[in-house]
Parts: sequence; C-alpha cells; structure tokens
Amino acid sequence: MSATVTTPAGTGGGPGTRPAPSAAHRPHRRRVEPIYYLFLLPTVVLFTLAITVPGVVGIFFSFTDSIGIGDWSFVGLTNYIAMFSDPAVVQSYLFTFGFSVATVVVVNVVAFLLAVGLTSRIRMRTALRTVFVVPMVISGIIIAYVFNFLFSNSLPAAGSALGVPWLETSLLANPDLAWVAIVAVTAWQAVPGTMLIYIAGLLSVPSDVYEAADLDGASKVQQLLRITVPLVAGYVVINVILGFKGFLNAYDIIVGLTNGGPGTATRSVAMTIIAGFNGGDYAYQMANATIFFVVAVLISLLQLSLMRNNRKAS
Amino acid sequence: MATQTLAAGGRTPTTGTTPGGRPARGDRAARVSWSGTVVLALCAVTVLLPLYVTVSMAFKTQSQAVDGQAFSLPAPFSIDGFVQAWNLTDFPVGAGISLFVTAGTVAATILLAAFASYAIVRNWDRRLFRYSFYYLLAAMFIPFPVVALPQIQLTGRVGLDNPVGVVLLATMFQLSFSVLLFTAFLRSIPDELEESARLDGATTWQTFWRLIFPLLAPMSATVGIFAFLYAWNDFMMPSLIIADPALQTLPVRQNLFQTQFSNNYHVAFASYLMAMAPAILAYLFTQRWVMAGVTQGAVKG
Repeated sequence: MSATVTTPAGTGGGPGTRPAPSAAHRPHRRRVEPIYYLFLLPTVVLFTLAITVPGVVGIFFSFTDSIGIGDWSFVGLTNYIAMFSDPAVVQSYLFTFGFSVATVVVVNVVAFLLAVGLTSRIRMRTALRTVFVVPMVISGIIIAYVFNFLFSNSLPAAGSALGVPWLETSLLANPDLAWVAIVAVTAWQAVPGTMLIYIAGLLSVPSDVYEAADLDGASKVQQLLRITVPLVAGYVVINVILGFKGFLNAYDIIVGLTNGGPGTATRSVAMTIIAGFNGGDYAYQMANATIFFVVAVLISLLQLSLMRNNRKAS
Repeated sequence: MATQTLAAGGRTPTTGTTPGGRPARGDRAARVSWSGTVVLALCAVTVLLPLYVTVSMAFKTQSQAVDGQAFSLPAPFSIDGFVQAWNLTDFPVGAGISLFVTAGTVAATILLAAFASYAIVRNWDRRLFRYSFYYLLAAMFIPFPVVALPQIQLTGRVGLDNPVGVVLLATMFQLSFSVLLFTAFLRSIPDELEESARLDGATTWQTFWRLIFPLLAPMSATVGIFAFLYAWNDFMMPSLIIADPALQTLPVRQNLFQTQFSNNYHVAFASYLMAMAPAILAYLFTQRWVMAGVTQGAVKG
C-alpha cells in the first residue's frame, strides 16, 4: 500500500517508470508504430466530442442570451453579473457549501473511527467490513427513497411515542432541519469509501511502531492521537478533498429526499443548473455552470498541491 | 497489492507482549477485543436496518404496509408487491435497458481505457501520448452538471438521446479513473516480457491481446466493477439524457412511486429491492476488487 502512495502515477506530473531517453542520446527517435495511434485515437476523439465540445459550447453560450433554442445574441458578462445578485443562485451555493462542509466532517469522523475499529483485534472482522461497505454500492436515488419513507413515517412515529416534539413532524418538511436528513443520508452512503481509504492508511502503519510505544508505556488513546493520527494525516487530506468535491455535486440523494424543498431550502447548485434547462434559463445557468466548473477546478488544484506537499513532507 | 493486504485482514497480530508490556498470556483469543466487536456490530445495525425495512416492506400486504410500522415483520407474507411492481415499472423492459446500459458501459470502459493506457505507457516519451494522458485525466475536474445542459442538447440533435447515448457518456466519465488505474498497473509490467513476445514474432496487436490484456485482468475486474456500479445505479444522467420515458433505466423508473402511487409502499419497496439487488449481489461476489479499487483510485487520484 505504501508503494502505491509513492508511485508517481502521473497526476503529480512525474514521469513514468521508463526513463525518457534524451534527444542527445538518441538523435533518431524511434518511430511510433501506427497501431498505437489506433489504440489511443478513438478514446481521445470520443472524449473530445462527448465532454470537451459540450463544455466549450456551454462556456460560449454563457456569454449569450440563448434560451436553448432559436436566436441568440451576445450579452457579454450580463449573466455572470446577474448571478451574484440572484438570491436563488446565492442560496444554492450557500446550501451546497454548508452541506458539503458538514458532510465532510461527519463522514470523516465516522469513517475514521470505523476504520480504527475494523483494523483492531475484533471478531468477525471480514464480515463486518463487508457489511459496512454495502451502502456504497446501492443507487443513491433508491437509498434516498427508502430513507424518505423512514423520515416521513417511522421517525415521526418514534418522535410522538417518545414525546420529542420536533421529531413528531417529518424532518424533511422542516426548512430548518431538512438539511440534517440530507447530511445523514449522504454520509450513510459516503462513509464506506472513505472508511476503506482509512483502512488502507491504517494498514500501512508498521506494527513495530505500536510495539515500541507499548514498551514506552503509551496508553491506547495516546497511541491513537500521537501515532495513528499523524501517520494517516495524508489520508485525511485525500478523503476531505475527494469527499468535498463529490458532495458539491450532490443531486440524486437530495432529489430523492426533499427534491430541493421545502421551498428552495435544500436546493443544490447541481439542481439549480439542471433546472435551467426547463426554465428557459439556458444561457444564465451555463454561466452558473462555468463558475461551478472554476470552483471544482480550484478545489482539485488545491488537492494536488496539498498531496504534493504531503508527499514531500513524508 | 492492496487486494492482498486487505484480504489478509489487517496488521498481523504481534506476539510476545500484550499492550502495556505485561507478559503475554499466550492465548491469542484472549486478546480479541469483545467490546470493540460489540460496538461495531451495533454500528452495523445502522447499515442493515434500512435494508431490513426494504425487504420486510416489500413482502407485506398493502393494508399492513400503510399502517406505518416499518420495522414489523410481514404477516401474512405476500408477494403482491413484486407482482404489481413488475407490471407498473414494466420491469423486464427497465431491467433490460439497465442491463444494456451497464454491459455496454463496462465493456466500452475496459476496452477503450486498456487500449489508450497501453498506447500511453508504451509511448510515454512522446508528447502526444503524454498530453493525451493529462487530457483524459482532466475530466476528473469536470462535474457532470457543468456539461449536462449542452450534452442534453447535443445528444438530442444527433439522435443519441437514448440508452446508447448514456453508454457513450457514462463511458467517457469513467475514463479518467480507469486510465489512471490501467496506466499505473501497466508501468509495473516489465518490458522484458513484451520483448520476448516480439522476438517470437508477435505484432503489437498480438502482443496486446495475447499478453497484455490477459495480464491486465485483475485491474480490468476493478475497472469493470466500478463501471458496473456507476452505470447500474446512476439516476442523474439517464434521467436527463434519455428523452423517451419508455426507454428509462430502473433507478429512474422508481420516481413513479413518488409521483403517482405514493401510498403503495409495499409495491414501491418491492420495486426498490428489485432495482438494488443486482448491485448488492455483484458487490458480494466481487468485494475484493471493490475494496482494492477505492484505495488505489483514491490514493493515486
């Protein structure tokens, strides 16, 4: 596992394991066999048509007043300026960021504790690990529908039985609390992936470190805080940023739980953008998508630089 | 690598001294943390409870399903929910389309990603191939909602607003992750293997099919299972790209119960169960690759 961390897989810009021969050593570079182009080109061409072209088209239309069909004309930065004073857009960003931060914290704390538990000396370790990963493989929309039923029926029933007033009505119908349900269900699905990464991290810590700490009389809690946590710090960075990037795209689970409601209290950026297609807001929501893309890129770059620093530090 | 480590199930227990430096009791079973086991088993209930509710609701009769007792066992046991769900969602058609989308995505992802990765790794000293790698990887930066609207338009215009279009787009969105895994794996295969094949007169095409592709099998399994889970479970993309409701995939068909049959809980849950079961079964048989894929993909991504 530790080997995986140090292998420059290319994201960090590291060269492959084959040393690239310098031009001085080999003046006549070997010709590339044509078949290699045949291997590569279908992928690159399809990728360009399916992702790059739509992306560029979208950015282009963000500077127009297009409604998706018919005539359009350039309007410059009008859409971008309008976005910042649009309460619906601003609210969707605030909700999405707030929800993402809350979910990242919940997911990482729970996943880390589970990973520590699942790498300790317990019975039925394999069976438990298998169970904990199950949520990761179920469709988000169906998970959301199942929890929708539990939040709308079972939880209020339990609330009135226990005499907890704020639980007696559905959380999903409460504009101030619906996000709690969304965080809980998103976390339910996102914990397994994060947990597996922490398990990998914990397994890469050599056991003699703990033996030495035992000999020095360190308690279990001290070992966890002074040895385990610092040694898996790199995995925390990975998990926080991977998770954050994923939660920013939140769509399926929110659609299934609240569909953005009550009102627009739980509308994510992804939902706002996609709603633009029916609302005739095509150009306007493309401006929104462009900004969203820039945000996603900035977060990814932050991820790369943090991971690189982490690699240097370790 | 990760597969073996995970399958082996953790740190090898140390022998000699117990924590705290006390003399070892010698009996390994005595050091099993029973409290830890109990706590984790209780945590596992939070995972299993929603699944239990799904199964038990699915086997209830309508009158028992609407009484709101989600956790009670079905009595009498009824498969009426499944029969109705089968008809309401046009299950055979929905499952067929989901299967088509999933199989297409898995096959296309493995083939295209393996081809491209092989070309990239073997020609890494060439700018075209190196930059192509970064280009494909850049898709990790792009959230689907960002390109969704233009994609809906373009697929509509070229007649791909159907399951075939979903296969194409899903494959493209799986490429980054898959190429990342394949290239890393290919770099660990020594050149000497290929050179000996070439000395025997094999062309590059033959070398790929006879030597490289079989060697890639474990990684193809990982890439394939992730493409499977993504394509089988996704809601957002098919719901937006497929224009004809009759051609929708299983997850999208479930919204029927939110909009039209909101009180037929037993039918809804039977339908959810039928839609989620294949993914859970696939996972139970391939967990090794799921676990390896998460860790390798994340640590490299």
